[in-house]
Amino acid sequence: MALAGLFLISFLGVHLGINLLILKNDGREAFNIAAHFMVTNPVVQSMQWVLFGGFILHILLGAVLQIQNWMARPQRYKVEGFSHTSYFSKFMIHTGLIIFAFLILHLVNFFFKAKFGEMPEVMIGDYMYEDMGLLVIEKFRNAGYVILYIFWLLFLGFHLDHAFHSAMQSLGLNHSKYTPVFFGISRALAIVIAGGFMIIPLVIYFS
Amino acid sequence: MDLTLKIWRQKNAASKGKFVTYKISDISPNSSFLEMMDILNESLVLRGEDPVAFDHDCREGICGACSMYINGHPHGPDKAITTCQLHMRRFKDGETIVIEPWRARPFPVLKDLIVDRTAFDKIIQAGGYVSVNTGGVPDANSIPIPKVKADLSMDAAACIGCGACVAACKNASAMLFVAAKVSQFALLPQGRVEASERVQAMVAEMDKLGFGNCTNTGACEAECPKEISISNIARMNREFLSAKLGAQKPSGSAGGDA
Ligand code: HEM
Ligand code: SF4
Ligand code: FES
Repeated sequence: MALAGLFLISFLGVHLGINLLILKNDGREAFNIAAHFMVTNPVVQSMQWVLFGGFILHILLGAVLQIQNWMARPQRYKVEGFSHTSYFSKFMIHTGLIIFAFLILHLVNFFFKAKFGEMPEVMIGDYMYEDMGLLVIEKFRNAGYVILYIFWLLFLGFHLDHAFHSAMQSLGLNHSKYTPVFFGISRALAIVIAGGFMIIPLVIYFS
Repeated sequence: MDLTLKIWRQKNAASKGKFVTYKISDISPNSSFLEMMDILNESLVLRGEDPVAFDHDCREGICGACSMYINGHPHGPDKAITTCQLHMRRFKDGETIVIEPWRARPFPVLKDLIVDRTAFDKIIQAGGYVSVNTGGVPDANSIPIPKVKADLSMDAAACIGCGACVAACKNASAMLFVAAKVSQFALLPQGRVEASERVQAMVAEMDKLGFGNCTNTGACEAECPKEISISNIARMNREFLSAKLGAQKPSGSAGGDA
């Protein structure tokens, strides 16, 4: 669970880095080259299968653990707990399922288009590249999509707020000095990753 | 003080149970929570009703018997105390107090607020002891133990097995209790000898009994009357991982066996 989760976080980092290239004012050149690299490079392509595996593992384990956890308390309290906790940990299955639902939409929007659909093309230097950037920009001219994505990313942020530090603790890494730092990193990752992804549709829509 | 109590009443393990509301008046703010329960029970007995059954023994915070889930907190709203150490001045005059038993599949309700915590005993029986011969009392300083380790072990050993961690956890997980028991031994040389088998056996028993899994939510630590830290859970995770992954077996043919 923890290892798969950490792997997914590292994927989000790479994904965000590439996405931000679209905001570079170079006629989408850097972004398209990066996107082209990602769909053609054999190492990246094989990592893609590891990534699918990571998602499936994380979701299946998450679901199984959650069901066991519900079963461990067949009769609920009248007054639910008010204890001080890592807040979003109570909603990992809910935020996770929202991430998963939108993930499918997201794959249909971009991933399957890029893999199997008709793509606009563009000349960069001497070569023709798929114009992935144009696809993104056209999607985010639509206010509905922008709002949908922001909503999705908000829940990704909530999930991430209880992700990194929880994974550290699961792996047995707890230390009076570093554990507070892990909580800080978790919060920072939530804000930077969710916020970073949010900037993109917003900038595209308002420019 | 005048109070409204909503208390879980259940005849026996097989019956369904429900909340019953009681009005109680003239309670001194200086009385303890259990004294308030005693006063309620006396009035019930006088009226010819069945008194509310609840566990209690030492009434000084050391036995861990007094399991009550009060207004959404095991052992009530105060930090680091048991129900028997809770006082009525902590509540407001006229307040409604909801009192429930611990809720967890491995802790079935026996009657009213009493639950069966045999599950904890089973976990201890699975490995929560030292069975190697440690000899007589050693000379002072003959086994050097770093002060930090001794302190951490004593902190873990403060666990009274009350089950508040299970009651507080949204997953009814027993990780804090088991981690405290694993840690108190794992940190000291006498306990180290069997550390690897112990952690595997206790975790297996905990899972078998149907406790939930740990999601690092932290409610257990916040509600534990002995302030057992979840750093013990991390230690147990470390112990468990290294026992599962790192345990070496001597090869059968090596000379040492002869
Ligand atoms: C890119 C997306 C995702 C990332 C980066 C991510 C990351 C993480 C991390 C690091 C943890 C903590 C693991 C631990 O403490 O051991 C976690 C927990 C969890 N995740 Fe995700 N996750 C993602 C998507 C999902 C999805 C799609 C689901 C769908 C059901 C999900 C369900 C859960 C659940 C139920 C938990 C709590 C289980 C536990 O704490 O042991 N996650 N996630
Ligand atoms: S860890 Fe704390 S809450 Fe859990 S059984 Fe021990 S003393 Fe009670
Ligand atoms: S009665 Fe012993 S701890 Fe409360």
